[in-house]
Amino acid sequence: MLHISLPAEIIFHLDSFPVTNSLLVTVLLTFLLLLVSFLSTRKVARVPSGWQNFLEMVIEAFWNLTESVAGKKAQRFFPLVFTFFLFIILGNWSGLIPGFASLGFWEMKEGRHVLVPLFRGATADLNTTLALALVSVVAIQYYGFRQLKLPYLKRFFDFKNPIKLFVGILELLSDFAKVISFSFRLFGNIFAGEVLLLVTAFLTPLVVPVPFLLLEIFVGFIQAFIFAMLTLVFLNVATAEEGH
Amino acid sequence: MELLAVGLTMAIGGMVPALAIGLLTAKAMEAIGRNPEAATKIQTNMILGIAFAEAIAIYALVVALIIKFVP
Repeated sequence: MLHISLPAEIIFHLDSFPVTNSLLVTVLLTFLLLLVSFLSTRKVARVPSGWQNFLEMVIEAFWNLTESVAGKKAQRFFPLVFTFFLFIILGNWSGLIPGFASLGFWEMKEGRHVLVPLFRGATADLNTTLALALVSVVAIQYYGFRQLKLPYLKRFFDFKNPIKLFVGILELLSDFAKVISFSFRLFGNIFAGEVLLLVTAFLTPLVVPVPFLLLEIFVGFIQAFIFAMLTLVFLNVATAEEGH
Repeated sequence: MELLAVGLTMAIGGMVPALAIGLLTAKAMEAIGRNPEAATKIQTNMILGIAFAEAIAIYALVVALIIKFVP
């Protein structure tokens, strides 16, 4: 029977700290990203070819997009935003690797024999997406403070007139809503995709899941792009100088 | 009763976001038709707007999933 678990399953304990299967995948992805970055930047040729060419293409495309949104501040925001994009796209696509829902341990849970998968898509866990959303929103506040120093608080508490005060309170609320919105948008899209793939594989294992896999690849890319772009747009708004 | 709630959550919660996305895309098509040179800019902003609208539908989906799979 179909076994779908909303929370990520715990695979082992590190001295009373529960390690879930998605946590394992995020650690693996981090090492993979670090390894690829280190190996790719060792011998940088003047005229790129092959792997370096592909990486430069991706970075240049994203850089142009960042510059068109943030203008002169692009250099400051680019590392954070591009890292979000890379980590999230790999996290989204990690759930599509064959073997992710099938390799695991058999355990007794509540009297039933269930399979606990060893791996699970990194962003199919609300913990991961919540962590990413918190980092994003805290980074927005940090960059805002660094750019505008104390007057950054005028975005939320503007005592000039009651309307501006009300708008400021709304801005404060909307920043909390951003955390929820970021985390649930990413989690909902990716987890729903995993459920969809599970159900289609359960109903018709041959041929039919293929278009859904393609859809999930596309959705994974779009969600990573959305997260990175929204972070960039909010960063831009937070560091905007007064008086346009 | 629970199954009814799950089905209705997703059905009703998906109606207005679908309408919103349709309106967004329609206006974007119109804008591109008027000014084909700005197509990439319009497209990028359209995708952004669609993500916001879709997030609401995703909230409904998550609630439906919670009702169904959390005992």
